[in-house]
Formats: sequence, C-alpha cells, structure tokens
Amino acid sequence: MSFLKKSPWVLHYAATSCNGCDIELLACLTPLYDVERFGIVNTGNPKHADIFLVTGSVNEESRKVVENLYAQMPDPKVVVAIGACALSGGIFRDAYNVYGGIDQVIPVDVYVPGCAARPESIIDGIVRSLDILEQRAKERKRQRKMVAL
Amino acid sequence: MYLISFLLLFSLLAGLAIAAAPSVGVQARRIRFSVGALALASVVLALLHAHSGPEFYALSEGLAHVLDWLFMLGGLGLAVLLLYFCRRIKGYEWYIPALIVVQTGLMLYAELSSEHPRVEHAFYVDSFSVLMALIIAIVGGLICVHAIRYMHDYHAHAAGQHEAGDLDRSQQRPERSRSLFFFMLFLFLAAMFGIVFANNLLWLFFFWEVTTLCSFWLISYSRTDEAIRNGFRALGFNLIGGVSFAAAIVWLTHGPGLRTWELDQLVAGGSALALIPAVLIAVAGLSKSAQMPFSSWLLGAMVAPTPVSALLHSSTMVKAGVFILIKLSPVFHDTFAGLLLSLIGGLTFLVTSLVAVNQRNAKLVLAYSTIANLGLIVMCAGVGTAATMWAAILLILFHAVAKALLFLAVGTTEHLIGSRDIEDMEGLVYRRPAIAAMLLVGMLGMFLAPFGMLLGKYTCFQAFLSMDVMWGDGVLLAVILAFGSAPTLFFWSKWMGKLVAMPRHAQPSEVPIPRDEAIALVALTLLTYVACALFPLADTAFVIPYTDFLASLGLIPASNLAMPWETITLMSLMLAGLFLMPLAFWLRPPHFTEVSGYLSGANVDGSASYRGAMGVERVVESRGYYLSGFIREGTMVRVGLFGCGSLMLVMLMGAVL
Amino acid sequence: MKPYAWSLAFAFILVGPLLGALLAGVDRRLTARMQSRKGPPILQPIYDVLKLFEKDTLVVTQLQTLYLWGFLFFMVIAGFILFLGSDLLLSLFALTVSGIFLCLAAYATNSPYSNIGSSRELMLMMAYEPMLIMVPLGFFLVTGSFRVSDIIAGSPWQVLQLLGILVGFLFVLTIKLRKSPFDLSSSHHGHQELVQGMTTDLSGSDLAIVEIGHWYENVILLGWLYLFFAPWGPWIALPISFVLFFAEVLVDNTNARLKWSSTLKASWLMTGVFGVTNLLLLPVIS
Repeated sequence: MSFLKKSPWVLHYAATSCNGCDIELLACLTPLYDVERFGIVNTGNPKHADIFLVTGSVNEESRKVVENLYAQMPDPKVVVAIGACALSGGIFRDAYNVYGGIDQVIPVDVYVPGCAARPESIIDGIVRSLDILEQRAKERKRQRKMVAL
Repeated sequence: MYLISFLLLFSLLAGLAIAAAPSVGVQARRIRFSVGALALASVVLALLHAHSGPEFYALSEGLAHVLDWLFMLGGLGLAVLLLYFCRRIKGYEWYIPALIVVQTGLMLYAELSSEHPRVEHAFYVDSFSVLMALIIAIVGGLICVHAIRYMHDYHAHAAGQHEAGDLDRSQQRPERSRSLFFFMLFLFLAAMFGIVFANNLLWLFFFWEVTTLCSFWLISYSRTDEAIRNGFRALGFNLIGGVSFAAAIVWLTHGPGLRTWELDQLVAGGSALALIPAVLIAVAGLSKSAQMPFSSWLLGAMVAPTPVSALLHSSTMVKAGVFILIKLSPVFHDTFAGLLLSLIGGLTFLVTSLVAVNQRNAKLVLAYSTIANLGLIVMCAGVGTAATMWAAILLILFHAVAKALLFLAVGTTEHLIGSRDIEDMEGLVYRRPAIAAMLLVGMLGMFLAPFGMLLGKYTCFQAFLSMDVMWGDGVLLAVILAFGSAPTLFFWSKWMGKLVAMPRHAQPSEVPIPRDEAIALVALTLLTYVACALFPLADTAFVIPYTDFLASLGLIPASNLAMPWETITLMSLMLAGLFLMPLAFWLRPPHFTEVSGYLSGANVDGSASYRGAMGVERVVESRGYYLSGFIREGTMVRVGLFGCGSLMLVMLMGAVL
Repeated sequence: MKPYAWSLAFAFILVGPLLGALLAGVDRRLTARMQSRKGPPILQPIYDVLKLFEKDTLVVTQLQTLYLWGFLFFMVIAGFILFLGSDLLLSLFALTVSGIFLCLAAYATNSPYSNIGSSRELMLMMAYEPMLIMVPLGFFLVTGSFRVSDIIAGSPWQVLQLLGILVGFLFVLTIKLRKSPFDLSSSHHGHQELVQGMTTDLSGSDLAIVEIGHWYENVILLGWLYLFFAPWGPWIALPISFVLFFAEVLVDNTNARLKWSSTLKASWLMTGVFGVTNLLLLPVIS
C-alpha cells in the first residue's frame, strides 16, 4: 500500500475564482470536517504538495501560474478541479478573457462540480483522487526501476 | 641558538637580496626560495624543541656588549627614521613626534643609567615561541608567496587607475617601491622572530618598534591621503603602547622593586613583584593587538594591499601583542589587574562581534572578527591559569591559519570578481568552486565545531568558571563569551549562506587563479584542516610542555589538561564526517531533477525574475540582514571605547597604587 | 564508559527518530484537540515521511542535498554525545553546526522565501544560543563537570538551584522547537507569508531528511529537559519533562507570532534576567 493515501498534502490555487469555492475548501479544514483526520494538510507550497486543487476558470493572468505551479510539483501528483468555473469556465466561459476550465492548461484527474462546490463533495473528490495517486505512485516506482536497470 | 640566529638573520638578508633583485622574475624566485628555507628552518627548530622545556642562551661578554650598543644605535636610528617620516603629519597629529621623543628619552634614560641590571640570557627557546616561529615562518611565508602575484596585479590595476587620474604615488616608481615592499615584509618577519626569541627586554623592545615601523610603512604603501592618515594612526596608537613599554623598562631599571631586564625573570617575579611593569607592558600588548580603545588602527589598516592586511591580522603584529600578554599571563594570575585585562578583552570581543554583523565589506568583517578573537585571547591571558593559557595558545594557532586563509582568499576573490562586497559574492560556490571552498573551510575553521576555535572556547568556559578572584568574575566572563559568540555565529553563517546560494543567472568566468596565489591558498586550506586533525599532537608537543614548565616553577597552579580520549574521538568523528560527506557526494552524487525556485508560481525566467503587477517582469533580488537599525555601530563602538578606556585606566592606576 | 551508555547512545540513533515522530504526532493531536478537532493519527508524522520517500525529489541545486546530509549527521552526533553521557557543551556545539547546515541548505536554494527563512533562523539562533550555553554552565557550577553522566548523578536539589536557568531554557525551547510566538523561520502552516520559509524549496527525500532531523532534535531537547530532573530517577523525571515539553504546545496555540527584533530582545532579556542572575546567585544558593 502506498503511504500517499495516508498523507495527501494539498496545494490550493484560486485561478480566477469568486472565492465561493475557496471558502468551502477552507471549511474542510475547520473542526466540523477536519480533513487533517486523514492526514490531509494544506501546504500552500507546490514542492511539498501531492494534490493540486484549483478553483475558478483560467484566464491569461492565471494560466502561467497554473503551469508553473504544476511543473514545480514533484511526481506522483494529481489535479482536482473544484467548482463549475474550474470544470468548464462556468458562467464566465463566453467571456473574452477566459480560456475555459483548468483542463485547457493542465491535465485534470477529478472534477468536483458545484457552484459553489460543497465541502462534502470536495472531500469526496480528494478521496477519489487518492486512488489515482496510488496508481501513479506504482507506475512511478516501476519507471524508476526501469531507469535503474 | 644557531637556528634562531639563522631565522633572524636569514629573513633580514633575504629581504635585502629580494630588494636588490634585478628583475621581477628573479625576485619571485628569491622570495619562493627564502620562504622555503625559513619554513624548513622553523620545522627543524620545532622538531628539535618539541616536547622539551625552555632553553636559555647566554652570549659571550664581548658579543653581548657589541650587540647592546648596536641595538641602542638601532633604536636611535629607528627614532630618527620615524621622526623623518613625521614630516608628513598634519596639525592634529602633533602627538606622534612627541611620543617618539618621549619614548626614546625613556629608553636612553634606562640604557645609560650607571647601574643597570645585567642580562645573563639574551635569547631563549621554549615550545610556545617555537609554535609562534612556525606560525610566522609558514603562515607569514605563504602570505609573502601570495603577495608575489598579488602585487603584480595590484600595480597593474593601480596603473590603470593612475591613468584615470587617481593619485597613487607608489606608481611613480613601481619597481623600487615593490622591492622595498618585499623588503619590509621580510623585515617584519625578522622582527617577529626577534620578539618571540628575545629574552633581553631592551632587544625585545627594539624588535617591537621595528614591527611598528614596518606596519606604518606598509599601511601607507599606496601613498593616498587616506592610507597615509591611517598609517599615522597605526603609528600613533602603537607608540602609545611603546611609551608604556619604555616606562615599564624604566621601572625595571630604576624602580623600587624588581630590577631586571630579562623576560623570564620578570615573569618569575610573580604578581607580588612584577605586577606594575607587567601592567605597563600589557598596555603595549593591548595597543599592538588592537584591543579597544586602540582598535581603530587595525580597521584603518584595511587600506593596505591584502597581503599586508593578512600579515598584520594573522601571523604577525597583532599576534606579537597577544604573545607578550600570554607570556606575562602568570603574573596576572589571581590579580585584580588580570581581571580588568580580561574584561577589556571581553568587552572588545562582545562589541566587535556585534558590530561585525553590520558590515557588508568582507575585509571589514574579517577585521572586526580578528579584533574579537584577539579579545578572546586577551580574556584568557588575563585569567592566567594553565587552562586559559592552553586555550589562548591554541586560539592563536587556529586563528592565524584560518584568518590568513580568509584574507588571502578574499583578496584573490576581489581580483577575480572585482568586489569585496559580501552581497557580490553570491553564488561563489558555483562561479568559483575552488576559492569558495577555501573560504568556506576558513569560515568553518573560525567558528564551528569540530574546528579548533571552538575547542578554545570550550576550554575558556571551563577555565572561567573555575577562576576565583572575586564574586561572580568567572560567570561574568563566561556570560560575555556566550553573548559574544552568538553574533559571531550569525555573521559568519550569513556570509556562508551568500557563498552557497545558487546564482540566479549563469555567470561563466574563465580567468584561473594565479599560480602563486593558488599555492598559498591551497597550503593554508590544508593547514587549517591538518591543524585541526592533528591538534592533539600540537597540544602535547608545544602547549603542554610550556604550561607544565610554568607550573613546575610554581607560577601557575598545576592542572591536568589532557582532553578525554572520548572527546577527541568524537571531534575526529565530526571532522571525518565533514570530509567524507562531500567526498561521498562527489563520488556518488544523487541525480535529482532540477526546477526553478518557488516564486509563488509567477516565475518568468527560471528563478531570476517574476511577473509582477500589471504584467511587468521584475528581477528577483534578496539581500542579507545586517541589523543596522538594531545594532548601531557608532553607539556600540563608543560604548566599547569608553568602557575599555576606563577599564584600562583603572588597571593602570590600580597597579601603581 | 559503561556498555549501558553505549547501548543507550546506539539506541538513540535507531529508536530516536521513532520516539521523536511520536512526540510530533502527539503534538499534532494535542493541537487538534485544543482546536476541538479530532486530529490525525499519532503515527501521522511517520506516514508523512514514508510518503515523502515515495515522491520524486525536485531540487534547485544538487548541492542542497549535501548540506542536508550535514544537518542530519551533526544532529545525530549531537544526540549521540548526549545519550552517551558525554560532554553536554560539545553536544550543544554539534547541535549548532547542524542548525547552520540546515540554514545553508535553505540559502543554497536562493528563493526569496527560503532566504528570509534562513536569515530569520540565524537570528533565532543568535537569540537562543546564549541561553542554551547557560544551561551547561549552570550544570558545571552545580556538579563541577560538563559530563552528562555526572549531571545525572548530581544532587537532587539541582533543579531548585537552577530554577532560573530552567525557566530561561523553557523560554528558548519554544524558539528551538519553532513554536509560536517564535515560529518566524518556518511556519508550521504553509499557507502563510513565509510559505514554510527554510523548507520552501525542499521536496521529497530532502524534506524527509529535514523531518527526521527534527525528530532527532525533539528527542535531544527532551533529553536536555530531562537532565534538570534526572537525579530524581526516570520515574519522576520523565513524566515531568513530558509535561513541560507538551506545555510548549499550549504556548504554541495561544500566541500570535512576534517580530524578529522582539524575539531577540525578549530572549536576551530572559537570558539576562533568569540565566545570568541564576549563575551569579549560585554560590549563595549552594
């Protein structure tokens, strides 16, 4: 079993979010939901993170940042898009400055719908992403062995 | 005896031969050869005298008489020469010729008195002076080798400035002043040998004054107005010490108590008889070792070419000051005067360590740290137990090696990157791996376990807590040491941090380190390491015999100084780790993927710039902390000067009353 | 040197990190409880580190790993010396070297965050170093030796004689454990202005080394605390030191962060008022 499942550290970035999803995300850390029970820590630092949580749609300002943060996360890693805007651009999808959902820029593994997404569904999204993370960890291990050989 | 005279005369003759060299190439060869010969002679001397007690040498009646006259004439000549130099003084420096006249008058008064004490042993060798000779010959010699190429570049560089209109008058006759420069360096070494081997106080005083002259000349070398003013400041402050030394000699000639011109007799007099002259000589030692309130001359000496700073700071000059203080240390044992001396050293240590945090100029950091470390040695000398003398001697050794290395490395760095600002040395580990590694070793040697300076501090703590002059004295000294060590840690680590920082831009540079400079630097780096690894050897060969001898005379309480084997094992383990880890890393480096540093995801060009507000690209810059709002240099220095000045006055008055 | 001491020292190397991890786990759990949360499992720090070893390691410069080796090596040495019953002052020196290596690793990455973090860490070292030195000095004045084995065999009254030093030590222990109000160099919670300061640019196995080093450090500091009460025997001394150690969690969760200048002033003041006074009064007390 991979220890990634026991200690997923998340990085949260609000691309162009209206902060609705962000508030819900932070609510997960409060005593009511207390995600630290599962070892989930909000690191705020891509180099420590395993799961990239993005809220809001992507525009020109945030595109580079999303790419940079994703590149600075060490493998294995997964991306969870949270909220309608992050999924598809939401009500802003037709705006001239918006590219659309997060998957326009980086590969997204789990989509958490909602406007704003509820804490329960965010936690559910993270838990679902853990299986993908474990899968990736196995793959990564195999790759490293191949390189070593 | 022959070896001593060889060291003394050879360095003098070598100086002359070097000065007379017809071409630069011949000069360089002669310098290398002389340094080699001096080093060899000092090693032979060390092999012959390691583990043994002191030996005293008497001269034949006739020779002693001739030499007496020669030294007296030499002293007069020195005074005349100094007075001649004084033609350049400004109005407010009137005190310098006055001091020269007073000092010479005092000396003549002592020398020409009808019934002066007879000197039986003019020279001596003991394990401490052998160690000093090793330091002078090897470290001082390496500095001379480093100077060969350095002075070449220095003149070339200064010539460029000269064309730009900067007045550097040493440029008018570069060949001649260069020759004279090397002559002065070797004269300096000769005088230092004289100081560590002379038992006759009058002769010792002569050598003492020669170092004053040399330092004055070398500091004013560039002949700019600043250099000349700083040279005169060094001269003036050292002359205050000289007058005090001369007063001690007058006291020893005409005074009511002890009458002797021999150093060993003076020390044997103990605190009951010899305290007053010892305190007077201690003032001379304080001025020479740049303790507060005299410290500013050493900072002013920074205008000199780097080899001169290195020489003044590491193996000569300031070491002469602490050498004489340690020699007199048994006299200060268990006295109030000794405690005051320790407090002067302690206050200097504390103040200069704090002030060093403020400095951005690498040479100034080194200068303040030198004063601080000498303060530590003075603290030890004032306590005067076997343990503190042990610590003081080891501190001298480790400080000489590491500080010479640091000065020369900073000098070379300055030539390579064109700056002595610490901030400009960012990423030196990547830009200049070899020189950065040397700087790092020097810094580790200055303040970190398992290197020697820390051993010294360790023993100091132990010794301070065991002393007993008055209530709370040892605790006070130990507390000063504890508080002074903390800023030391801060400013060294901060500098090391700059060196190891990954540069944000690749800055290729191909200029290699010149050969002579590389020889000196590599040798000093190895010495720093070896001195540490082999310190138990240095300990048993040079330090223990010296303290044991003093203990056997009953001058200091006997004590067992042997380090427990377990401590030595642990230290060696750390040292080995410090060596093996980089080796292992070099042999089997981990291959991790490299990414840019974290800039909140706004990186544009790697770690070098980021996208700021309005999409503007901004360059990343970060500087070290200098705490200039927290530690105010001016206030601190004033406190130090006033505090140390009054402590010194109390010490003088206390001893006389 | 008794075989018992050697086995203790080697036990430290092997079991030390586990104990330190448990201390860190209990710390997190207590913090959670104080915030009326359930909190992570006690073994969470161990899961974290094992996970970090599964991750890739991204570096800014390859050399940073070398400095981290130095950090861990000297940390282990510091603890080894302490648990061997050898010299307390030497152990402190090794601990200092270890701290400086950590700062070098952070400086090496040269991001503004880690630069500020390590500069602040150095400032904190400057703040706590004098007080940490007072501790061996105090023990020396009471027992006449820097050796840990002599201190343990010392007089049962030593904690009363060294009460001021104990107070000062508890004060700087908060700094040493990087707890609020002194967590300026590497905030525990990453989403703060410093983004974890010193460890910002360390990841994967590099970060794991830092964590393991901190576990060792926890045990070493607990050991220092234990020394004050050691003559009373482990059954009394251990619980007291645990209680005092976890009192730091209480402080951590009830204080806001101080600026570096206030930290420096406060800790030097505490060192002066409690440490130095205690040392000066020792001859009177004993």
